[in-house]
Amino acid sequence: MANKVLVFIEQRNGQIKKASLEAAKAGSDIAAKYGCEAVAVAVGNEIEELSKVGNYGINKVVHFKNADLENYSTSAYGDVVADYAKEAGADIVLFGNTAMGKDLSPKVAVKLDAGIAMDCVNVDYDGDDILVTRPVYAGKALLNVKVKPANKVFTLRPNVYQVGDLSDSQAEVEVKEVAEPNLSAKVVELKKSEGKLDVAEAEVIVSGGRGMKGPEHFNLVEDLADALGAAVGASRAVVDAGWRPHSEQVGQTGKVVSPTLYVALGISGAIQHLAGMRSSKYIVAINKDKDAPIFQIADYGITGDVFEVVPALVEEIKKVKE
Amino acid sequence: MKIVACVSHVPDTAAKIAVGADNKSIDPNGVTFVVNPYDEFAIEEALKTKESLGGEVVILSVGNDANKETIRKALAMGADSAVLLKSENELDSVSVAKALAEEIKAQEANLVFFGKQSVDYDNSIVGQLTAEMLGYNCVSVVVNFKLDGEKITAEREIEGGREVVETSLPAVVTAQKGLNEPRYASLKGIMAAKRKTIEEKDAAGSDSYVEVVEMKKPAPKQAGKVVGSDASAVPELVRLLKEEAKVI
Repeated sequence: MANKVLVFIEQRNGQIKKASLEAAKAGSDIAAKYGCEAVAVAVGNEIEELSKVGNYGINKVVHFKNADLENYSTSAYGDVVADYAKEAGADIVLFGNTAMGKDLSPKVAVKLDAGIAMDCVNVDYDGDDILVTRPVYAGKALLNVKVKPANKVFTLRPNVYQVGDLSDSQAEVEVKEVAEPNLSAKVVELKKSEGKLDVAEAEVIVSGGRGMKGPEHFNLVEDLADALGAAVGASRAVVDAGWRPHSEQVGQTGKVVSPTLYVALGISGAIQHLAGMRSSKYIVAINKDKDAPIFQIADYGITGDVFEVVPALVEEIKKVKE
Repeated sequence: MKIVACVSHVPDTAAKIAVGADNKSIDPNGVTFVVNPYDEFAIEEALKTKESLGGEVVILSVGNDANKETIRKALAMGADSAVLLKSENELDSVSVAKALAEEIKAQEANLVFFGKQSVDYDNSIVGQLTAEMLGYNCVSVVVNFKLDGEKITAEREIEGGREVVETSLPAVVTAQKGLNEPRYASLKGIMAAKRKTIEEKDAAGSDSYVEVVEMKKPAPKQAGKVVGSDASAVPELVRLLKEEAKVI
């Protein structure tokens, strides 16, 4: 059962994150199941289009505002969200499983004496209980769990929850000024990595492995990524070899991703890599070795030389996209 | 200064995972267990901090006797002492954090390192939970860490970049790959670790906050089509992506 569902709406640079809108829809679906209300909370300075959470079934969003809250602060955001959850009487709190969601949700859970389940990929019910599914061992297994205490915190894996048809309604936005945010932990600078797409958020990923034969050949991976509007990923082998930064690593000790399209170039498919990308909607593999494990999970494959196939693929995609 | 590094004992990432007979946990047969990869960065950062500022490094781990293998490795890397908080039950993140917070309080440690996540249950929250229970500051997913007196400057990885965070002791820091290059244990370290005692205590009890209903394997993915074996297959591949998958 639930009395009230609260959804945390994440903003960066004043823009709402897609993962939060998915959480908003999940929150309004849960509230509908229990016949209770779902509300949203956002923290930041200026935030654009907050009322659009209404499209995802939530009628009210409270915006806690202060110029010092423009950047994330674990301490300040944690206090604001937990205090509001208590004030609103929310017993289910949802977050997107993003860098911010993963940092903030456990803090809120402790303040609410809640149980917590992270990175959920499915929300279901067993009688009156919420039953969530979460991947463990990087997706080599799935766990169905119930959170036992009355107060429950969940984070949802981005790109997974089906938002279905959106409504036209706009949410009422209530702005509350925060007098003195608790900035005992404070972000003093944001360092962007060259304005490129991040594999954790990308809808399309093109990854390269040892079959690229050296860091100097990754321009092929980047060319295909550019043609597809994709993020560049990498296997652990090439990250460990120093060819690519760890922020691009896909797999059990890198990022676990679920894009719409995952293109693996010269990647044989070690268990820990497959675990990190197997839930991608479509997988394309290009590899010379026809026995490579990657072909066992690929939807489409070419058992050929990446140095020959990829340039042709880049040209063909450009042609089709024109 | 007393510095704590918390470690967990997990299946190797190369391990195949099969569901056990209880349908709630893995079948450990044939699975090699190792130091959680991210915890190696936590141990290394704790040791580096001790080497530059003095103090001692205490290893904490929640689990059963099997964890001693991982604890010994941390001791062999150079940690001074270790406490195993014993629990035979599978605990969830909150109950593990409660046990750790209790012991960290008893140890009066004001700097605590964790790996950013354990590669078994993948919740990635035990460090943050523990920090909040202790009332400590927390920086998670850290790739760069500096301590100057009481002041901490740390860089944490976020989507598409890094946040530079300023905070102060007492604090919990969770380590991401890239923070440092974990050392190998020396032969001397390995010998010394054998002589160190691992203190054992019962984990400060609380029931698990999460009930595991079922563990299952993901639905097997069907191998798809091999479109061809050279560049002549490219037009057909692109047609399939456009017309069948509708992804370009």
